[in-house]
Amino acid sequence: MINEALAPPLGASGPAAWLRKHFFSTWYDTAFSLIFAVLIYLALEAFIGWAFVNAIWRVENKHLCTHDAGACWAVIESRGRLILFGLYPYEEQWRSTLACLSVITTIALSCLPRFWSIRRLPILWVAGFATFVLLMRGGFAGLELVTSEKWGGLSLTIFIFSGVVVIGMPLAVLFALARRSSLPVIAKSFGFFIDIVRSLPLLTLLFAAAVVVPLLVPDWLQGNKLMRVVIAFAIFFAAYQAEIIRAGLQSTSQGQEEAAVALGMPYWSLVIDILLPQAFRNTLPSTINQAVITIKETSIVTIIGFFEVMASGNAAIGTGEWGNQYVEVYVFLALIYFVFVFGLSRYGAWLETRMRLGHA
Amino acid sequence: MSQIFASQRFRRTALQGGFLLGVVALIVSIIFVGKSNIADQGMATGFGFLEQTTGWPINFSIIEVTGRSTYARVLWAGLLNTMLVGFLTLIFATVLGLLLALMRVSSNTLMKLVGVSYVEVFRNVPVILQVFFWYAILTHLPSPKQAYSISEMFFLSNRGLMMPAPAISGSDVLSLLGALIAAGGFLWLSRERLSGLLRWAPAIGIVVLVFLITLFTGRAPDTGLISIPELKGLRFVGGVMLKPELTALLIGLTLFGASYIGEIIRGGLLSVDRGKLEAGSALGFSTFQINRLIRVPLAFRAMLPSLTNQYIWLMKGTTVGIAVGYPDYFAIVSTSINQSGQTMELLALLMGGFILINYSIGFLMNMLNDRIKLKGRS
Repeated sequence: MINEALAPPLGASGPAAWLRKHFFSTWYDTAFSLIFAVLIYLALEAFIGWAFVNAIWRVENKHLCTHDAGACWAVIESRGRLILFGLYPYEEQWRSTLACLSVITTIALSCLPRFWSIRRLPILWVAGFATFVLLMRGGFAGLELVTSEKWGGLSLTIFIFSGVVVIGMPLAVLFALARRSSLPVIAKSFGFFIDIVRSLPLLTLLFAAAVVVPLLVPDWLQGNKLMRVVIAFAIFFAAYQAEIIRAGLQSTSQGQEEAAVALGMPYWSLVIDILLPQAFRNTLPSTINQAVITIKETSIVTIIGFFEVMASGNAAIGTGEWGNQYVEVYVFLALIYFVFVFGLSRYGAWLETRMRLGHA
Repeated sequence: MSQIFASQRFRRTALQGGFLLGVVALIVSIIFVGKSNIADQGMATGFGFLEQTTGWPINFSIIEVTGRSTYARVLWAGLLNTMLVGFLTLIFATVLGLLLALMRVSSNTLMKLVGVSYVEVFRNVPVILQVFFWYAILTHLPSPKQAYSISEMFFLSNRGLMMPAPAISGSDVLSLLGALIAAGGFLWLSRERLSGLLRWAPAIGIVVLVFLITLFTGRAPDTGLISIPELKGLRFVGGVMLKPELTALLIGLTLFGASYIGEIIRGGLLSVDRGKLEAGSALGFSTFQINRLIRVPLAFRAMLPSLTNQYIWLMKGTTVGIAVGYPDYFAIVSTSINQSGQTMELLALLMGGFILINYSIGFLMNMLNDRIKLKGRS
């Protein structure tokens, strides 16, 4: 009797049971299902009608763009280059495209486990960032010099993001190690500094870097405004990332550190060969989450007067010609951010499940 | 001599001393360079400017501010504006987040689908873009003459949303608030001595009495209890107006924040051990009892730390208000710096203000956490 498997209860399997369980299990479940089905249908119909069926795609049909017509995507055809490249010279925009592709390739490559080593990852990022800057700036091998004041649009957003990660990541490691230092003065000072930075809004730090730092440092140390803002952003990023790395360092077992000391390994070798690889690997999902937040927060620099993709989108609808197409432009901008952010965060979630199952 | 250098203790002390010296040298040199630069540009220093009048108006404030107000008062108005939009966002976003979480943990597939789509759309777009979007929508609404109206009481136009409001003055609100606090204090103090009617009647009595007094004293004979907005010429008279700046910021932050808070609450609800819920039903608890006595308290305990972080984050996120012209603390400080040139002092006040707000949220939430966390564990 005990070994005999019972047949499943009647009505607990099959498509009818599945439907009942997921849509009609009680009377109010049925009511909710019906209401939501109608709402979803109406919303989808309205959206598809607006975005595709009744949309106007080409600039020559611009006169058809009225209040009652669908989306007027002609604005993107007309102002797309402004949104993507800002005021970058028209003939040189292929360089901007290539530069963006080099950073996007860098991001994609660093998602591959093959590159997850303490030596390969930094080399990859520095190379990708350097390619970006060289291509954008030019001034060698016959490429026209384009200074950073002319950079704009999506390429400026990508520059700020990659600059923040390239400068912020080593800083974060430094902060995390300093906060865990056995020297109380250093540990306390860095702890205090990290906590203060974390309790301030990003905007106040960027504002201070743009406006106040010129008052406080000698002229030769000021650099340009973009540089200062990227560094301030990197410090902000580092304060958050340092806490993530610190959590990773704490998750490595004490025994490993003691074993390394017992074997007479020097401190830097202990950090680079034993602690950091494990700390990074254990906190990879949180690190990706931090990168996702950083991509979204680059849009804040528009407030202190940089012409990144958010600002160039606003400029595209700032003139009377396309002033009524604000919904289309904002949806387009949202789509740009969504592609990056959604892609990365899905990857992070996938990685998290994989790590929970004991791979990676 | 070489023994001294080799000794661990000497090296540790020297390293820390050197570090401290470096930090002090950095701060001193910053002060010197800053002082000479500020003197070169002929800017004043010190906090004396707080007593001066600003000479510029701000477009929204819950306390009365004019061009003749002092810097101290305008900055205070900015701090209040930040707290107003911050706390309203926290409340709305938490309610919406709770709804989203309930939708996502339900067994109904359609509700789950709506919840997931909402979270993915609103979480993956920068909050400033969302605020810009709502602001553009609100400012492109028709003018007051063609305003959309709901039963002639609510009017939606490009000037903002007009709503009916109770026609009471600030002092009435204060006395009502005082009555509520007194009633709450009485209930708290009497919780172990009195019960039932003896405890509740005085508390309710205080509030009703103060309400009746404010209702019948000092009211002009023609004014009703509720002031209803009316179109007079090109603008509205009466009621209260929610300006598009505040509304856009509130909608943007709430929708964005709700997607995060919803995920935190969902995580908390899912973290409750199934066995405990099954134990509840084995003991004969109803579904409602299981939720109220087991699931919600345990989930609340699990999600409180992340919720605290999220609240602080949302408070800091209110600074994007400057992008649409909402005069929050950051916007006021930034205008003051432009107008008065007191850069260092104002920056210190700015950072101090945010640290104060964020630490108070952290402090309150930690107090709550201490009350509900498992006793005997850290």
